[in-house]
Amino acid sequence: MRAHNQKAWIFVLPVLLLVAFNALIPIMTVVNYSVQETFGDNVFFWQGLDWFEQLLRSDRFHAALGRQFLFTGLILLIEIPLGVAVALSMPRKGIWVPVCLVTMALPMLIPWNVVGAMWNIFTLPEIGLLGYFFNNVLGVSYDMTQDPLAAWITIVTMDVWHWTSLVVLLSYAGLVSIPDDYYRAARIDGASNFAVFRYIQLPKMKTVLTIAILLRFMDSFNIYTEPFVLTGGGPGNSTTLLSIDLVKIALGQFDLGPAAAMSLIYFAITLLVSWVFYSVMNNQSDEVE
Amino acid sequence: MQKRNIVSILYILFLLLPIYWLVAMSFKTTNEILAGFSLFPQTWTLENYKTIFTDPTWYWGYINSIIYVSLNTVISVCVALPAAYAFSRYRFLGDKTLFFWLLTNRMAPAAVFALPFFQLYSSVSLFDTHIAVALAHCLFNIPLAVWILEGFMGSVPKELDETAYVDGYSFLRFFTTIFIPTIKAGVGVAAFFCFMFSWVELLLAKTLTAVAAKPIAAVMTKTASSAGYELGLLAAAGTLTIIPGAIVIYFVRNYIAKGFAMGRV
Repeated sequence: MRAHNQKAWIFVLPVLLLVAFNALIPIMTVVNYSVQETFGDNVFFWQGLDWFEQLLRSDRFHAALGRQFLFTGLILLIEIPLGVAVALSMPRKGIWVPVCLVTMALPMLIPWNVVGAMWNIFTLPEIGLLGYFFNNVLGVSYDMTQDPLAAWITIVTMDVWHWTSLVVLLSYAGLVSIPDDYYRAARIDGASNFAVFRYIQLPKMKTVLTIAILLRFMDSFNIYTEPFVLTGGGPGNSTTLLSIDLVKIALGQFDLGPAAAMSLIYFAITLLVSWVFYSVMNNQSDEVE
Repeated sequence: MQKRNIVSILYILFLLLPIYWLVAMSFKTTNEILAGFSLFPQTWTLENYKTIFTDPTWYWGYINSIIYVSLNTVISVCVALPAAYAFSRYRFLGDKTLFFWLLTNRMAPAAVFALPFFQLYSSVSLFDTHIAVALAHCLFNIPLAVWILEGFMGSVPKELDETAYVDGYSFLRFFTTIFIPTIKAGVGVAAFFCFMFSWVELLLAKTLTAVAAKPIAAVMTKTASSAGYELGLLAAAGTLTIIPGAIVIYFVRNYIAKGFAMGRV
């Protein structure tokens, strides 16, 4: 049980000031834009909630939102089970452990635009390793600048490549925290491998897996740089995710009002889903306490 | 390595393939790259790397990135330590709300903030400085650092604090000489994550800089579009961006394994 102490606010104050400076002022700027119309020269007209209404009815927004959910859903479906499978198959002791951990963490430390550029080079149809392999060795036509399906496969594979390791590291941390006695007891009881997974390993990984899902949801929902560098949202609009569309509207067309309205709705959706995960996570830890 | 490790071996191979391709590409000449497919560089060249190390625009890109990333890591961890202590030890008015509000900033899409950030930092005349990028990255790094440190601190028994106070330690002395060393693995992991997310972020860093503090990532994008399509040079620059990350992971490799487990597991 933690003690009540209002002086704790002093400890939190520096964090509060720094984050508030970075969060509140910009978000108020966005709110300000979202209810106004401008034709340049810093002249603004009151617009009310028109932008929000327009946006919620626009097909373009629905399509981008749909693509965003499809992307996030796909990568969660692949990364979470794959991450758990890799963590289960990793050695627990010995010199291979640091080797595995360091190599696995490597993709996460590459700047996002380099990740995009790297996958671009990797998948070029004639001179990229993957592109060449598909087109000239397997004989499957593959060109992500032409074919929407190929573009989708590429951005999903890229994200799996980039972020599955986060799930692996978190699950692995959960696994190594299980005392050997649990396994010994399970062996004496004659438990099958699946039973060990279901009743010992999975429950121990529950908290870290919730964190993994929460982090992967937030980050994949906000993804911008990698797909922008890799496909630029194309071919056509087939890989234009929410943030790419947002930047197109805000900086490409300089429609600040609609872009601001879109930002707020976008942020609200991320908040809502994350809040659900966060509550689930808190309930779990309350059970443990 | 045994049979049951096969999944992780395949996974590591999958991770290494694109990296291999990037590195191989960086040793090829532009002619060779455009001429067609070759698995290994036919004529090894260091020309691409030479360009980067002799051209100030290029190498200053790296220096700028490292400056703001280090600044950000230090600021984030320093302010997150007392805050995480407060969250893990005390109950106070609005603590849960505040914690979630902090986390929400980790969720804010950078694309949403790009333009307002530009205006904000221009108006306080910090535009195109390292500290501007370092402060802007605090938006998502401080919440993360607080979250990680709070997890680590939660696993330290409260008796440690109480014993120290009974022994006559002042709070400051207890915090710096006993508590922080106890959770140094947590500090390492938090610093690692701050470094990582500041190093890899491009959108805000690019928006907030023009010349003096331009990050390496921005130099790369500019080169990719202006100087034709110099794939070899781009690959060499990309390869060099992997190295600082690799060094940092090497230092925290034991913390990562133990570190995660000491957090909320």
